Amino acid sequence: MVVGSVAAIGAGLAAIGAGIGIGQIGKGALEGMARQPEATNDLRTNMIVAAALVEAVALFAVVVSLLGNNLGV
Amino acid sequence: MSLKRIKPLLAVAFSVYICFFCNSSFAQETPHHEAASTEAPDHKKEEKFDVASTILEHIRDDHNWHLWGHHSVPLPVILKTDKGFEVFSGAQLVDEHHEPVVYNGNYPYKSFEGKIKIVNEDGTVNEEASKKVLDVSITKNVASLLFTVLLLIIIFVSVANAYKKRGVTSAPKGFQSLIEPIIIFVRDEIAKPYLGDRYTAFMPFLLTIFFFIWINNLLGMVPFFPGGANVSGNIAFTLTLALFTFIITTVNGKKHYWQHIFWMPGLPVPMKIFLIPIEVMGVFIKPISLTIRLFANMTAGHILVLSLIALIFILNSLAASALAVPFTVFISMIELLVGFIQAFIFAMLSALYFGMALEEHHEEELVL
Repeated sequence: MVVGSVAAIGAGLAAIGAGIGIGQIGKGALEGMARQPEATNDLRTNMIVAAALVEAVALFAVVVSLLGNNLGV
Repeated sequence: MSLKRIKPLLAVAFSVYICFFCNSSFAQETPHHEAASTEAPDHKKEEKFDVASTILEHIRDDHNWHLWGHHSVPLPVILKTDKGFEVFSGAQLVDEHHEPVVYNGNYPYKSFEGKIKIVNEDGTVNEEASKKVLDVSITKNVASLLFTVLLLIIIFVSVANAYKKRGVTSAPKGFQSLIEPIIIFVRDEIAKPYLGDRYTAFMPFLLTIFFFIWINNLLGMVPFFPGGANVSGNIAFTLTLALFTFIITTVNGKKHYWQHIFWMPGLPVPMKIFLIPIEVMGVFIKPISLTIRLFANMTAGHILVLSLIALIFILNSLAASALAVPFTVFISMIELLVGFIQAFIFAMLSALYFGMALEEHHEEELVL
């Protein structure tokens, strides 16, 4: 029997979104690095920052799903 | 670099685990498991292991700082009620098994999930009276915060003295050599790119906020006494830091900054009217997103580590630790990286907002 809350599905959807987002960032950064290897350091820093920003959105969803599960953070 | 590539993996692994353990289904499966085992009668009497409450107990604030087993450091509880201030030891709020008990001060107090409330004779919460209690205790988080402050003072006074003694032009020595590259990193990667020539005025704030968050994040990852408090995973803490950024941004806002919020140049009037509420909201959403980003990242990290450890108790077998312990070590390593990245991002976004406030002409369009 499956017992749970809809919030968990929401967290899963958010993870999909974040996955796509971080994938795009990684793709963009890698392409940039391949074209301009001398810019690698700058690209890497910005890539990490952008990835952390995207990840934060997924974590917002996690917080919401925690609240949805009545954990009360 | 290889560690940094693991970050996307972290996002996935973490979401999966959170989905699993914050879901009540797992907790409710445990009794079935126990019933199926041969020693069922014994196990049934055992208290059901409640993952969610155990994890939350570890990440929330408390009036005692847990050491090991039944030992903990009692912290002072300071309460203000209509009968004035009252100070007593946090040890009075718990019995020897760490269960909350009633303490009779000016009112009968009892701790409910870390919050002190006034109880009636029959043990129920008196919500009406509890609202008047102002809790300004030195809790676990506050004590940890003070410890961080002490640590920062020791580190930076010693480094500053080293510069005083040897001068800024000579090569750094000892502990100075560890700190100098990080300070240079903050200057070159955070302050200069976003603030240009005016970075010196903001360096003290950026350095303070960077090191403060970072050390708090690292101390949060230490599982035993001087660490272990979930300070940077406390929304009040992150909100306060974001408020500093908000105030500095607002105070430093130049004409150009306000113009772009209230009357953007080069747009038709209807569009301006449409955009003003959005821009004004943006001013407040920035600090809120700073708050939630740090809070959610650190809380999620703590929950993840605790969930992995809790796996042993959920499955109720020693064999599970073969999976859980290496995974916990792995996630802890990632959390060390996340602790640094979040401190970096907080300082970087602060610098970015200051840069936006200070901007005076159109030369560069700031993206984000």
